[in-house]
Amino acid sequence: MKTLGQFGPPTSSGQAFGGCYVSELLIPVLSEVEAAFLQYKDDPVFQKELHDLLRDFAGRPTPITELPTLSKEFGCRVVLKREDLLHGGAHKTNNVIGQALLAKRMGKAELIAETGAGQHGVATAMAGALFNLPVKIFMGAKDIERQHPNVQRMKLFGAEVISVNSGSQSLKDAINDALRYWTAHSKDTYYVFGTVAGPHPFPSLVAYFQRVIGDEARVQCLERYGRLPHTVCACVGGGSNAIGIFKAFLDDAEVQLVGVEPAGEGIETGKHGAALGMGRPGSLHGSYSYCLQDEDGQIQEAHSISAGLDYPGVGPEHSFLKDRQRAQYVSITDQEAVAAFLLLTRKEGIIPALEPSHAIAAAQKIASSLKKEDILLINLSGRGDKDIDHVLRYLQNHAV
Amino acid sequence: MFFVTYKTMLSNPYAEALKKKGNALFIPFAVLGDPNKDESLQIIRTLIENGADALELGFPFSDPPADGPIIQAADVRALHSGIKIDDCFDILEEVRSDTDIPIGLLVYYNLVLQRGTEKFYEDCARVGVNSVLIADLPLEHAQEVVPLARKHGIAPVFLVSELTTKERLQQIGKLADGYLYVVSYLGVTGVTNAILGENIHTVIQRIRPHTSLPLFVGFGINTVEQVQAAVDAGADGVIVGSRIVQEFPSMQMIANVCRELQPGSKKNMESSSAPLLS
Repeated sequence: MKTLGQFGPPTSSGQAFGGCYVSELLIPVLSEVEAAFLQYKDDPVFQKELHDLLRDFAGRPTPITELPTLSKEFGCRVVLKREDLLHGGAHKTNNVIGQALLAKRMGKAELIAETGAGQHGVATAMAGALFNLPVKIFMGAKDIERQHPNVQRMKLFGAEVISVNSGSQSLKDAINDALRYWTAHSKDTYYVFGTVAGPHPFPSLVAYFQRVIGDEARVQCLERYGRLPHTVCACVGGGSNAIGIFKAFLDDAEVQLVGVEPAGEGIETGKHGAALGMGRPGSLHGSYSYCLQDEDGQIQEAHSISAGLDYPGVGPEHSFLKDRQRAQYVSITDQEAVAAFLLLTRKEGIIPALEPSHAIAAAQKIASSLKKEDILLINLSGRGDKDIDHVLRYLQNHAV
Repeated sequence: MFFVTYKTMLSNPYAEALKKKGNALFIPFAVLGDPNKDESLQIIRTLIENGADALELGFPFSDPPADGPIIQAADVRALHSGIKIDDCFDILEEVRSDTDIPIGLLVYYNLVLQRGTEKFYEDCARVGVNSVLIADLPLEHAQEVVPLARKHGIAPVFLVSELTTKERLQQIGKLADGYLYVVSYLGVTGVTNAILGENIHTVIQRIRPHTSLPLFVGFGINTVEQVQAAVDAGADGVIVGSRIVQEFPSMQMIANVCRELQPGSKKNMESSSAPLLS
């Protein structure tokens, strides 16, 4: 490897966030991915191809939308970055198109991916169809059940969906199985990692392909309002949509960055997915970052109504931003997220995914300290069609 | 200036075991605490009584991406029985009081980090562990542990495979001690019927010039033929994990597998007259 993809200096334990903590068997292919990334990230031909696909196939740029009703209710300008309008229905498409182009350049014959909510799996299956590459998607059995529409979409695109029955049968176990498969098939297979976690170079590479969200939103805010947002808010599972929108504002010290983790059934119940809020640094899935674990270092299961946030780890750059106090991380319960889901649906005519519903719920709390003209920019990372059945079932059993 | 006095490894227990046996070593693997603390100790004793020349023991981990379903299930059994890392060290201490054969650990890095790297190696030294292989710690991060391992007299072991470049082999050759873990095929631990033959021969020939350490072959070793192929290819030992672990907790079956897969056992000698040590 050319670098170790570390974020910031070593922490008190001696490890820096990030790194490449994987078996020796995966080093050759990760080095290959790193080399391809370094070669093509500034290559004008690659850039043009990526840009054209994002525009013509995926529908970039996505708009920003100021919410008329919620702005009045919250008492500030509530503005959404509309990644829900991206082809595929979520921000995942940005990353997948970039990585699939890399895989093509590297001459890989097959794509694999893990998925939680299924959005990354759908995006990868879609890219497989577009680029004529066979696709295998690893998905926890529990997630297959709760994200059924996305499973159907993946299959329609021609992908093979592999049910993962080990462990918590959710995202972390899907990643374990995808890593196992890749270890055995790295010569021909490219692993399209779905978030800014995992071993180097994935945290940097995925952030690179997702930063288009923030780059666009920053320009759009300046054009429309002549100023930057007061606060940028995004949900954090692995954290790719949040890093994607935060990146453009990291140097704007006056812009507050807020990441929203799932509090699940409530932080106090222990059934949550707040890795940054309640975890401590450790090594999981190839990088050193905050994660939910017991005293010994056994990884604990995360809990969230939202499959996309149901992950006990988090991308290492978020750990760095937390410790450096550049970003603040809060958490929102299942119930609060469902309430925000209904709020946006009924008052603004937009059905959000359950993941960014967490960001909307957090924004409602944050808004109380903002002035009327302040812009509160929320990354609406995906649309909620996939969650409709799940939310309706939740509402039958819970008062919101 | 800070001086560290390394406990120099006066001798390599693995090389000694090899010299003493004059034949490739049989190294069974078990997950500590599988299926629970008491039975785990009995199982390890069964391994020792049935021809283990050295032991390779794993700490159960919740998320073992280098392991296949059999070892993962063993991890789950151990963790469900309530095994803590302290218990693993207790078992190791008892095993060490029973036997002088080399004991190696196979662990995932987070367990080392959360104990504290220094304390982890101190504890290893205290209970008589000889070597530690951290499955998810590649050469890139080796310096985070190698000085501490050596300080406490624990041999740092590394994985090598057919994909390991010459440059990396040279670096690993300099850092490693005890033995090198040669991965027999690209994948995770498990039970395969892959024919080792040519491939493992090529890998071992590539590695030999870069190290004087014993080369032990592991991953997927399941049959007498595979053991023989590894030995014929020049392996100094075979590590057998999943094939044994899948018999847990039947002591009789474990004993049978150990005797069957013993390199150079009678059955093997009949099937091949190839030299056992190169």
